[in-house]
Amino acid sequence: MKRKSLGMSVMMRTIIYTVCIFLSIISIFPFYTMFINATRGTYEIQSSSIALIPSTYTLSNWKVLINKNFNPLIGFVNSMIVSCGATILGVYFSSLTAYGLVAYQWKWRQPFFTFIMAVLMIPAQVSIIGFFQFMYRIGLINNFIPLIVPAMASPAMVFFMRQYLLGTLSMDIVNCARIDGSGEFRTFNQIILPIMQPALATQAIFSFVASWNNLFMPLVLLTDRTKYTMPIMVNLLRGDIYRTEYGSVYLALSLTVLPLFIVYFLLSRYIISGVALGALKE
Amino acid sequence: MRRKSISYAKWGYIFSIPFVVVFLIFSLYPIIFTATIGFTNLQGAGKHTYSFLVKPFDNYRIVFHNASFLKSLRNTGMIWMMNFIPQMLLGLLLTAWFTNRRFKVRGQGLFKVLLYMPNIITAATIAFLFRNLFGYPKGPINDLFLMLGFIDKPIYFWLSAPWSRGIVAFIQCWMWYGNTMIVLIAGVMGIDPTLFEAAEIDGASATQIFFQITLPSLRTILLYTLVTSMIGGLQMFDIPLLYNLGGPDETTLTTSVWIYNQAFSGRYFFNRASAASMIMFIIIVVLSSFLFYLLRDKDAAKLNKERRALKRMGKQQQKEAQV
Repeated sequence: MKRKSLGMSVMMRTIIYTVCIFLSIISIFPFYTMFINATRGTYEIQSSSIALIPSTYTLSNWKVLINKNFNPLIGFVNSMIVSCGATILGVYFSSLTAYGLVAYQWKWRQPFFTFIMAVLMIPAQVSIIGFFQFMYRIGLINNFIPLIVPAMASPAMVFFMRQYLLGTLSMDIVNCARIDGSGEFRTFNQIILPIMQPALATQAIFSFVASWNNLFMPLVLLTDRTKYTMPIMVNLLRGDIYRTEYGSVYLALSLTVLPLFIVYFLLSRYIISGVALGALKE
Repeated sequence: MRRKSISYAKWGYIFSIPFVVVFLIFSLYPIIFTATIGFTNLQGAGKHTYSFLVKPFDNYRIVFHNASFLKSLRNTGMIWMMNFIPQMLLGLLLTAWFTNRRFKVRGQGLFKVLLYMPNIITAATIAFLFRNLFGYPKGPINDLFLMLGFIDKPIYFWLSAPWSRGIVAFIQCWMWYGNTMIVLIAGVMGIDPTLFEAAEIDGASATQIFFQITLPSLRTILLYTLVTSMIGGLQMFDIPLLYNLGGPDETTLTTSVWIYNQAFSGRYFFNRASAASMIMFIIIVVLSSFLFYLLRDKDAAKLNKERRALKRMGKQQQKEAQV
């Protein structure tokens, strides 16, 4: 009896590990192929498009990209400006709003929170035509402002920060600061923000990644090549001039996501626990 | 005495001002403007003046009679289902395995990191990467399938409707099942462990425990995942656009891609795109009001109830005193 159940669990365990390893390979394979092929020449890829070991054509692939007027550095800088700007503004003002919702008793507090909950899920897609026409009229096409400033009103981030503050904020600290003569704004900047650091870090990672990955908004608002962000640069690779430049295309793709891989492997622990935390916001 | 009368309430308003102002300008106004454009004749390159239509719902009529719009709605629904069902099943299966205390799966941390990874990588890059992976006549997948003996000659994936739909749904599923799994595992961790212990003592099998304790306790999280995935599915844009531009023959054309094409890829039908956006908006409002109901602040609701009960008691006491 006991041996039978032992046999069962050994079999079950084999199945579990086989499936998990298989899924891991499926997760890695596309990216592995992308990075390896980025180092291989077009001729090599044409003769065999899968390889286990890197080759030596990275530099020549890079030169092809630059010669075809595809400059990943410009995309990188633009993406960095937009993502960092949106992240800093989003994290700071969401914390501020959340603090206002938690620390003070005001008449419109509950209605305001209800409102934030109500608009939580409305995506940018549904208002894109009005947004584009509006930005056109005020001359903000090919400008980073419409990609950065709207982050100041991120309902989901406010929601998350509020939940965090509800669990950690003690009004005693705030009252102590008041007695010591600290203004409300200064209390927030110098006392509350440091307390919120774990939540700030988590939200900053997610906000940065979301902003970096955003294709829809930049695609609509940016038409000037020198303003392109990384995801739109990917769209450029569709062009006929890259049709036979396999190695260069893989290299360009690798470059658009390189920072994400670095961020992910440095911070994966925080990211995974951040996803889990988000699930418990209920 | 004087100290007590200091009210800090105004700071609640002050700290909310930036959010409200930015929201009004960059979210609310564009939505209203989009709704307005839906009733006008705004179309054509470089044209930015408009007048209202005599028959206000003309754009809606045109959109609802547009074959490719209707097709895009069907495609969105179909691709979403093809992605969501396997995603949920896989998420649940892995959750059952990883949270089972008898199996004690090792290396969970590493598996989670690897399975979640695609979720964080740019969807645009992934879509175009898959376009290259499924290349014809030479491409990594064709090479791999030939090597493994699955096929005799390369498949022209880009020209095949079922393959294209399948691949778009696969990418979507592959990007999101890791996320679903982590969310579900977190949900299981939140269940009172004494429930599991009691079931084990009563001799329940792993399967019984999963279906009779774990699943029912996860109901809210499952519904949450379902609704957010539906809303996310409606926005599906990057992958179908960059994988195959909605092709072949519009078989992967989603509603978001349709809207984008109407307004921005050389057609400039801003009015029709707006009407379609509003249709999408209404669907999302219905879905998120359901979610809103699901996630409403339970503590606050409880508090309100208690407060009301107290008030009632107070009134009753007053009445009794009067009597």
